[in-house]
Amino acid sequence: MISTILIIGGGQAGAQAVDTLRREGFRGRLVLVGDEPQLPYQRPPLSKKFLSGELAEERLYFRHRAFYDEHEVELMLGCSATRIDRAARRVFLSNGAEIAYDRMLLALGATSRRLTCPGAELAGVHYLRTIADVARIQAALKPGARTVIIGGGYIGLETAATARKQGCVVTVLEMADRVMNRVVASNVSDYFAHEHRAHGVNIVCNARVLRLEGGTHVKRVVCADGSSYEADLLVVGVGAMANVQLAADAGLKCENGVVVDEYCRTSDPAIFAAGDCTYHPSLHYEMRVRLESVDNAFEQSKTAALNMLDRPAVHDRVPWFWSDQFDSKLLIVGLSQGHDLQVTRGDPALRSFTVCYLKGGELLAVEAVNHSKDYMAARKLIADRARPNVDKLADPAAALKETV
Amino acid sequence: MPRIVFMQPDGVRREVEAPAGITLMEAARLNNVPGVVAQCGGACACATCHVYVDPAWSGRLEPREDMEEGMLEAAWEPQANSRLSCQVQITAKLDGLVVVVPRRQAA
Repeated sequence: MISTILIIGGGQAGAQAVDTLRREGFRGRLVLVGDEPQLPYQRPPLSKKFLSGELAEERLYFRHRAFYDEHEVELMLGCSATRIDRAARRVFLSNGAEIAYDRMLLALGATSRRLTCPGAELAGVHYLRTIADVARIQAALKPGARTVIIGGGYIGLETAATARKQGCVVTVLEMADRVMNRVVASNVSDYFAHEHRAHGVNIVCNARVLRLEGGTHVKRVVCADGSSYEADLLVVGVGAMANVQLAADAGLKCENGVVVDEYCRTSDPAIFAAGDCTYHPSLHYEMRVRLESVDNAFEQSKTAALNMLDRPAVHDRVPWFWSDQFDSKLLIVGLSQGHDLQVTRGDPALRSFTVCYLKGGELLAVEAVNHSKDYMAARKLIADRARPNVDKLADPAAALKETV
Repeated sequence: MPRIVFMQPDGVRREVEAPAGITLMEAARLNNVPGVVAQCGGACACATCHVYVDPAWSGRLEPREDMEEGMLEAAWEPQANSRLSCQVQITAKLDGLVVVVPRRQAA
């Protein structure tokens, strides 16, 4: 008999689990522990419309508080789990409480990777992952503020675009030779670098940050080539790490995240995990992955919830991602690792194009710039393991869905 | 405050209050209207907040933009009156709007 389900984590995965468990008829005690004080909320807008002030905080919430009351969900917000006693199936919380569970979901999320260079501990070095982070950044986000962003990935570039739109003077320092180099093709990198420059953002690639300088508050960033950048505002976006400490301390198997199987079960059969914190099998790509993705958190958490109710379900998704920068939208579906062919449909100069990745003739992944039609078609083709005709694929006049 | 009617495919009717300025999708989600999944949270990136606009209202909404148009092609059973509810801003003009939630959303 499952009388108590405990969810640790109030992000996308935690919130979705609450939803699925109640929708699927779980009537027992349901507790959600979240270390932030706010109701569970969406993170993607944090670097975009929430940072810019277009979206009020309430609009980030997945549900009103009344939803949790109506569905008898015990929210324990602003406190964190400090220890799991797996033998006794009990969790100890930072507020002194102890909760016994029959099943538990670890939706622990990820934490921004920190800078380690000299000066990294100075005041004014910001990261962007939470509402509280954004509130701190907003206080310095003023027209004319010299804004330096370390890291030209999704967070860095989205933040750069938002800051620029607010009238800040923005420089992005990217370590690699192109922006978003780990996640997109070079012509997609070039397109977005060009968009940023056209909007007045100074994009500096091959920038190796040596140290941050300032008395107590950061004042400038110094790079290995001797260049330096004055900063009224500094935001660091250099990736994220899975939050595994709680799980690892409890002896759960962790590698590049909390290790789970396709049923979202950890090495303890009473404990499940979902979202950014998991290192999980991708059945489609036949490899283990850790993904920072809303879709993954959402779907894995639904699957975990069903399995917690002893209704076997398998997590088998082709992941997708998106990014909004200025008025361009990047839509990505699939994982391109291991591709042996790359085909671009359309012309970046026309501000709408698509990069397709294939392996042995099978469509692996697609990056679509301002092209929702190709992106949506690709979601189906990739899931179906389609093998498109390469000549048709290269012809932007041929609909992607008609290339098989 | 504008009132919006969400009809389920089985005919169950749910009327909610929606402040001007939020989107139709947010009105559904905040009121726990079933069938509007909205996985991406309103970024026009997933087509899981698809609804059908009551024909009486279709001419009174702002037209679809290209991005939404492309998304809708792959929505579940799109029709001429399909919209992604995240792309419809609630205004005073939409008081009384009726939309129908589809039987399912895109995978």
